Amino acid sequence: MKIENYISNYCHIRNNTVSVNGELIFKEDSNSEFADFSKKGYKQLNLSYSKFFKMDNLSKLAFLGAEYVLNATKIDADDNVAIVLTNRASSLDTDRKHQGSIQDKESYYPSPAVFVYTLPNITIGEISIKHQLKSENAFFIFDAFNADFLHAYASSLLEKEKAESVLCGWVDYDGEAYDCFMYMVSQKGQRKHTTNELKNLYKNKD
Amino acid sequence: MSQTYLSYNNIISSLGFTTAQNIENISLGNSGIEKIDDKKVLQTPFYSSLIKTDQLDAAFQKLGSSIDFTRLEKMMFLSLNDVLEQSNLEITAKTGLIISTTKGNVDVLDTHSQFPKKRAYLAELGKQIQQFFEFKNEAIVVSNACVSGILAVSVAKRMIESGVYDNVLIASGDIVSEFILSGFQSFQAISDAPCRPFSKNRTGINIGEAAASVLVTSKKENLSPDAVEILGDGSCNDANHISGPSRTGEGLYRSIQSALKEATIETSTIDYISAHGTATNYNDEMEAIAINRMELSDVPVNSLKGYYGHTLGASGLLEAIVGMQSVFNNTLYASYGFDELGVSQSINVIKENIKKPLQTFLKTASGFGGCNTAVIFKKVH
Repeated sequence: MKIENYISNYCHIRNNTVSVNGELIFKEDSNSEFADFSKKGYKQLNLSYSKFFKMDNLSKLAFLGAEYVLNATKIDADDNVAIVLTNRASSLDTDRKHQGSIQDKESYYPSPAVFVYTLPNITIGEISIKHQLKSENAFFIFDAFNADFLHAYASSLLEKEKAESVLCGWVDYDGEAYDCFMYMVSQKGQRKHTTNELKNLYKNKD
Repeated sequence: MSQTYLSYNNIISSLGFTTAQNIENISLGNSGIEKIDDKKVLQTPFYSSLIKTDQLDAAFQKLGSSIDFTRLEKMMFLSLNDVLEQSNLEITAKTGLIISTTKGNVDVLDTHSQFPKKRAYLAELGKQIQQFFEFKNEAIVVSNACVSGILAVSVAKRMIESGVYDNVLIASGDIVSEFILSGFQSFQAISDAPCRPFSKNRTGINIGEAAASVLVTSKKENLSPDAVEILGDGSCNDANHISGPSRTGEGLYRSIQSALKEATIETSTIDYISAHGTATNYNDEMEAIAINRMELSDVPVNSLKGYYGHTLGASGLLEAIVGMQSVFNNTLYASYGFDELGVSQSINVIKENIKKPLQTFLKTASGFGGCNTAVIFKKVH
């Protein structure tokens, strides 16, 4: 018998605006750069986590999205929360930075602090470390938000009892363009976990 | 719940363009790693396992394409083409395509590349492969650091179990580029000699390049002779450090536990472990700890990095395919480059090829971001 799953909490970070479950949390003026905007998010969350400032933009974006969803969900340390993230640009924003550091043989300065972020799943590592989630995790790339895949993969993890809940999302950072939609799927919540619901929630214009 | 199997497969590497050629070389004790002095790739000489460009181009020409493709695309096309030819599979709406890669066509970011920059997007690589073989479905690109290749097997199994697909083709691959080499060099992880996984005198990794492909299917008819059933899998995070493995092997330990629980088998039934074994100090030590925590220290174990180097997004799948051949041929292959045990916990590293009845094996991998994957396979025939 198929178990019924629900979307409990979700978060959007786009256009210099953060909203949780459709409600505005804070907004910066549209000229503000991501560096400033993400710092505001960090302050708004009352975080004291110096690792945040070493992260690349993609990890900062994913980290903030996860904070908002996990704060709203209130998980316990021994809860088995899987993480499944997706995007379009992989880690290209940082890839370009690393390429820039090796392009010119006269000025060659590859750095481990940059190179480590040339993998998209580092975002999952950062979230796992902060919340001590020693659980199922995977990162996938698609051309656009793929509700069908996310729905199928999260459902499979829950059905096979690989996890009790799944933090899912679309976290894309490319140049100055970014987009984050994260949500939690488990047996708790009001909204049924369906691809249509996911498509609607993703499009939610704040 | 339906069973899922790994069936027809291919490896494109410095050791050959078919799985059979690769196994022939491994069984003869031939490593593909050599010293490369090519300023176009890196200013300083390095050890690597590279596919010969003229051989790659000659093989690719036989596919009859008039369009130019990137090096990685040629490797992956050739690999997948071999699997499709062997299996005679008809691609339908229920056939999935999974791409496993860490960096894809990242080399096009170099200002000297003749290809457009947009080719660096991994979904673009997926599109090239989808269009070339006329897959009906968009490719699912798995990019999860060094576990990608074996994680792709888990993902294929899960998509088949949930009824999304009847069968899935996985194409995995990564190339050796200055992008990758300079990065690992900045970590001081690159060995200045051929790598020696689990050895006392190991000095780090070699990066290699390969493409590997496999058909994953729920249909028991028309399986390849070397087919294996996927018994269980798990992919758990260390939650410890983004670039260093856990000191306790926690994520790998949990991944193996998760795979065993699903497989409903005892550890005593595992005949062989195909480990990750990158030959860095921390990785090999972590694996030895996890293997001991699982009480698997007597089980024969090898790392294939001594033959291929670390082939990144291909490695997990490539090594699972070699594992299939190992159980099919009832042969444990030597862990190339091993001399004296150099990890703090005892593990049973395979020193020379041994003929032995084999049924079940465990494949593991670990990578940046604290990721780990374990999958257990059992011989069908």
